[in-house]
Amino acid sequence: MIELKYFLLVSACLFSLGVFGVLTRRNAVNVLMGVELILNSANLNLVAFSRYSSVGIDGQMFAVFVIVVAAAEVAVALAIVLTLYRVLNTVNLDRADVLKR
Amino acid sequence: MNLGNLDSLNFFYPELILLGGMLLVVISDISLKGLRVRINPLLTLAALLLALFYTLQTDHGSAMTLFEGMLALDNFALYFKVFLLVAGILVLLGSLHSEELAAVHQGEFHALLLAVTLGMLLMANSAHLVMLYLSLELVSLTSYIMVGYLRSDRLSNEASMKYILFGAVSTGAMLYGFSLLYGMTGSLDLFAIRDALLAQEVVGFNQVTLMLVVVLTTAGFGFKTAAVPFHFWCPDVYTGAPTPVTAFLSVAPKAAGFAILVRFFLGGLSQPAGGQWGFISGIDWPLVLIAVSVMTMTLGNIAALTQNNLKRMLAYSSIAHAGYILMGAALLTGTGLKAMLVYLFVYLFMNLGAFFVVTVIFNSEKTFELQDYNGMFRRSPFLAVAMSIFLLSLIGIPPFAGFLGKLYIFGAVIDQGLYWFALVGALNAAVAAFYYMRVMKHMILENDDRPPTPLRISALNVALLVLLLVPNILLIVFWSPIDRWTANSITLFGGL
Repeated sequence: MIELKYFLLVSACLFSLGVFGVLTRRNAVNVLMGVELILNSANLNLVAFSRYSSVGIDGQMFAVFVIVVAAAEVAVALAIVLTLYRVLNTVNLDRADVLKR
Repeated sequence: MNLGNLDSLNFFYPELILLGGMLLVVISDISLKGLRVRINPLLTLAALLLALFYTLQTDHGSAMTLFEGMLALDNFALYFKVFLLVAGILVLLGSLHSEELAAVHQGEFHALLLAVTLGMLLMANSAHLVMLYLSLELVSLTSYIMVGYLRSDRLSNEASMKYILFGAVSTGAMLYGFSLLYGMTGSLDLFAIRDALLAQEVVGFNQVTLMLVVVLTTAGFGFKTAAVPFHFWCPDVYTGAPTPVTAFLSVAPKAAGFAILVRFFLGGLSQPAGGQWGFISGIDWPLVLIAVSVMTMTLGNIAALTQNNLKRMLAYSSIAHAGYILMGAALLTGTGLKAMLVYLFVYLFMNLGAFFVVTVIFNSEKTFELQDYNGMFRRSPFLAVAMSIFLLSLIGIPPFAGFLGKLYIFGAVIDQGLYWFALVGALNAAVAAFYYMRVMKHMILENDDRPPTPLRISALNVALLVLLLVPNILLIVFWSPIDRWTANSITLFGGL
């Protein structure tokens, strides 16, 4: 059987990739993909911990909630991306810089 | 005592009323075409007042948890419920005569206001990581939409885009922290987590992991409270959002963020011991909070010095105030917690007041720039005097309520012997006086060549400003009820 540490390793990689994606991408949709990676790394952790210990299925239940909330979050985020596109004609975050001045 | 699901409903009326009110507003918005503009605000106000009434009716004294340990019902929760509902009512009244929101259809705005208030009530009560995460996301998602409410406005859209990206990343980091904590302790219940952490000493690798958990979760709470270094969204979002929404964000979700911060750190990661808390050996999380607090107030105050946009200046000032409030949470004492509650209470009135003056001036002048405030005293003495009182209160000048907050906070810090910490706070307060005074100087002393045309203010807005002025002036005289109420409110479930 695969040991717990490999799951944790994969989830740590996913988390780092997600943060890297968020910090380097300029396209709003790509940034949201990075966010999804972060959320899924946490999900993987929760499910793995719950599977490899004898503490019940709390972690798996939490993961289900996280998946649902992530779907809601993406729905709101894409709606905002869409309205931003209507106003700016682009989803590049570097162009959304009026407030900096 | 843990109550089951059905028994808990008896103590859940305020939340149920808000939920029902929200649904009613949505229905009336769809079905009552002609009347909805009048009916919706009334329905919202009725729901908030009824929820406040039932909150005050419910017995919070006997500490217990609801819904199988999901929510805690204690005096601390009562304080925050009252605080958040009052904030909701004041923001609703302030949004009624706002020209910014008048340009768009407001049906959803009222439904969202009720939803976000519901989320904040749950947030202030949550005693379980799942509940904490869900309520935090409910508040976040609704406030993203509220910030972007002016759909055709470029600034509003940009603000809400920034808000949701920062928010999603920091709550994601917080969630990763939660998952590690779950792996370490095998539980999602805050009190079970504490028991598991106390059962054996945290050493070696576990110590590093737990420190990581503290930093990651601070990211989530820091985002909600706009604490440095998780504040980057704050100035942009506050500037871009409709002003009533900005006023709301600067007070209510911030307070709810402090409530979960206290619940998580004092309820989950420390043990109560005779009048104060001891942090679990090996993880010096108060040090993290003290560092965040010092950075927050210093950066907030220094950045505010050079702002010429009043909304942006108030945004940085609200960051600085988050730093002062955080001082109380980092102390681990009952007096520190009480000082934090007193500060939050006076902050509610002075900060909302300042933002409402900005709203009122924008209604007729369509500007947030400081130089356009020149000669405001000759045009509307009432507004200039009201703004001066709110600003003096924000500085912490004695006759006004803000002084009370600063007195409690610095007193609690000195009680713990952290003199350097109190000194940093006092220096910051002195720096802050400069930029608040600058606004007063523009309003009162500087005049432009134009003849002073009187500024028109609606009667509702005058009444609201007077309502906000009264606590700012009178709290210093009638401080003993506040003192007693907050002293009573520091009883946390499973805490002191």
